[in-house]
Amino acid sequence: MRDSVSVLIGGKAGQGIASIETLLTKGFKRAGFYTFSTKEFMSRVRGGSNTTLIRISKRPVNAPVYKADIFVPLDTNAFYHAQDRITKETFVIAKKGDFECDCTFYDHDLEGLAKSVGNPIVSNTIAAALIFGLLGCDVNVLREIVAQLYSNEMLEVNLKALEIGAKLGQENENCLYCIEPNLSAQQAKDFFLSGTEGIGFGAIAGGCNFISSYPMSPSTGVLTFLAKQSRNFGICVEQAEDEIAAFQMGLGVWYSGGRAITTTSGGGFALMGEGLSLSGITETPMVVYLAQRPSPATGLPTRTEQGDLELAIYSGHGEFPRIVLAPSDPKECFELVRKAFELADAYQVPVVLMSDQYLADSYFNVERFEIDPIAPVHHIVKTDADYKRYSINSEGISPRGIPGYGEALVLVDSDEHTEEGLITESMSVRNEQNTKRLQKRPLVAKVAILPDVEADGEIAVVGWGSTKYIIKEAVERIADKRLSTVHFSWVHPLCESQLAPLQKAKRLIVIENNATGQFAKLLRLHGITADDQILKSDGLSFFVDELSEKIALLLKEIR
Amino acid sequence: MSTRFDRIVEDNAWCPGCGNFSILAHLKEALEEMGLDPLQCVVVSGIGQAAKTPQYMHVHMFNGLHGRALPVAQGIKVSNPSLTVIAEGGDGDMYGEGGNHFMSAIRRNADIINIVHNNMVYGLTKGQASPTSQRGFKTPVQTEGVHVEPFNPIATAISLDASLVIRTFSGNKEHCKEMLKIAIAHKGYVLIDIFQPCVTFNKINTFKWFKENVYVLPSEYNPEDKVKAFEKSLESHPFPIGVIYKSPQKGVLEDVLRDESQIGSKPLYLHEVDFHALSNEMNKYI
Ligand SMILES: Cc1ncc(C[n+]2csc(CCOP(=O)(O)OP(=O)(O)O)c2C)c(N)n1
Ligand code: SF4
Repeated sequence: MRDSVSVLIGGKAGQGIASIETLLTKGFKRAGFYTFSTKEFMSRVRGGSNTTLIRISKRPVNAPVYKADIFVPLDTNAFYHAQDRITKETFVIAKKGDFECDCTFYDHDLEGLAKSVGNPIVSNTIAAALIFGLLGCDVNVLREIVAQLYSNEMLEVNLKALEIGAKLGQENENCLYCIEPNLSAQQAKDFFLSGTEGIGFGAIAGGCNFISSYPMSPSTGVLTFLAKQSRNFGICVEQAEDEIAAFQMGLGVWYSGGRAITTTSGGGFALMGEGLSLSGITETPMVVYLAQRPSPATGLPTRTEQGDLELAIYSGHGEFPRIVLAPSDPKECFELVRKAFELADAYQVPVVLMSDQYLADSYFNVERFEIDPIAPVHHIVKTDADYKRYSINSEGISPRGIPGYGEALVLVDSDEHTEEGLITESMSVRNEQNTKRLQKRPLVAKVAILPDVEADGEIAVVGWGSTKYIIKEAVERIADKRLSTVHFSWVHPLCESQLAPLQKAKRLIVIENNATGQFAKLLRLHGITADDQILKSDGLSFFVDELSEKIALLLKEIR
Repeated sequence: MSTRFDRIVEDNAWCPGCGNFSILAHLKEALEEMGLDPLQCVVVSGIGQAAKTPQYMHVHMFNGLHGRALPVAQGIKVSNPSLTVIAEGGDGDMYGEGGNHFMSAIRRNADIINIVHNNMVYGLTKGQASPTSQRGFKTPVQTEGVHVEPFNPIATAISLDASLVIRTFSGNKEHCKEMLKIAIAHKGYVLIDIFQPCVTFNKINTFKWFKENVYVLPSEYNPEDKVKAFEKSLESHPFPIGVIYKSPQKGVLEDVLRDESQIGSKPLYLHEVDFHALSNEMNKYI
């Protein structure tokens, strides 16, 4: 018996892959297993070849593998699209003769069977039940879920489909993929969240009450999530005419005391550069969620990459402090977006939260946590008659007043300004104000989140953002005592204490989902050189099996 | 007349004789005469000479980027509807760099007053053509004269069914002030395009030229007749001034967004997170 199985489902958009994903992840979770799912898809609304990978395990799994144990191609194209992911051991559930492969066939015509119950669309339910039975799980669990998901006639055909699939699954005597039961069932109570949902919930906890965005994959999920929750939590939602306006509206909201977020991807973030700079000089807080996809320009709209780190750190003209965070899982998405609101407000700077298509669209088992019900701290002051928006003081941060709260006017200026907030061309005032603004960088660095360090081997495997669990599992597989992992979710500004684990290491392997090693370049600016780099920019995330092979290969050379 | 909106500024960046001075004076007086409280007024501006207006008055100010006053103003209004929000700038700022925002602001219909100083030239960058420059207008860039038709903000605003569309002339004090008062009193988006001579860079559309090229709409003119209003908007040399178009009543952005999110009328800085509801909602994600 196995303790972990990977199931790959392929088909065209509209064939119901998402339903199988829901059925299987929910089903296996309730049956007592940890699950993880991730998808890759084409930039089209209908057709194409898309896949969803689901991992089912006795132990927590939070990362994708490349090779499939079980593969269900819902059409011929899907088979050829995912051919590379099939091994001799892969169990392919499809009609034999439709395609050739050196694999084990479980010969069934899913679509034909679906037609026999009256609707070709339910081949996905047949497949789900079949897999459930194949792994030796109780199909009753799945029946409950189907009953919750469908109603009327659709419920009827889906239940029929379920019986057919379940029977086929149990009939198979090859128990290669039977999965060892996990009796604790603790994880059945865990949250099952995508990165997108983590961001959405975290924004609400962070006191977000306004979102204006211009749609762009893969960030749009957060916009729709908050729109869906707007009534429950009092969030004003507006679709802006462009990213420039989206950001500017957010600044207007923060200026008058609200808490705004805007969401975008690289192309839209490029347009927000001027807004970032305005946030910098006016010291108006702002939170931006930047979900990356491969660029330049429109690039690969539905794929993943960590290619916008330099854009996030350097965009905007002039010199001003900002904070860039990159969460690694939905729980951290929740925590860091909440923190982003807090940091933006406390330091009066823009905060960029970096995710990517992989993290945004992947679902993780998240150990259930209690939400700390601490109300967001609004770092605003009630103004008195002597109030000056840009007062110079020893703390280095001018207290932020807002219009309509207190006795004074709040003057905010994109020109260099006096303490009152009026235009000036005085060099000494420029120096004073500029110095004050730039001083926030060391202030912020003091509260930087330290990287997550695991094991104490002298070869550090370094990553940032969404790659954390992929790197972690890959390193665990290698089980080489020389290895440790150092993972950054606070990527800018970097400070000495964050870099200490890297300074200690004898050798550094930096792993990034981009082509030029942007984080490694950033480390170099801080005097730390990567000895080896593993980079990937084909539009897909790393996979545990693929990455562990690459690291192992490197280790051979290092030996 | 001295007002509570006066700010003493020693170093004013406008050229002596510029029409901006009168617009500033009329605006302050209009606000004063309407009994508004400076602490409840926010003037949002972009960049340009006109956009410096809030520097010279006693109001809350968000002096942002070229062309971007309108989105900021809408954000402020949604965030705190009790504030009187004015978005002010030049023709280049509002119709050129901010053209997309101009169209969208009209369609959104937030309760803001959009004041445009229309001097048919770029002042601050020293005399290039603006979207409203007349055909044939020669500048150091348009050396052979402007070769495109001028942008018609009034016709555009009417075609987008702006809530209120006004044109006035800075040199006609009574008219300009009265129009500003109508604009301020109105609930919904108002475009108030103010003809203003630039004494330094526009030697064609001078004070005298504007005076000779505008006429006040007669009192029997009905701004609620959209087709007539559209006809009026196409008239030029002379240009009609007054309330040119008034749309049928419609909802304003801030009310719509607040209704949709059931946030009520309180300013967003008083918004509280319902952690109990949040926990309950997250419990559905198992
Ligand atoms: C993004 C950007 N582009 C260009 C400029 C330069 N600029 C400053 S003001 C201005 C034009 C202003 O013209 P208008 O809005 O008509 O105002 P006026 O100065 O005539 O009052 C330009 C192009 C700028 N500040 N920012
Ligand atoms: S350049 Fe023209 S618009 Fe600007 S202040 Fe001078 S006269 Fe006025």
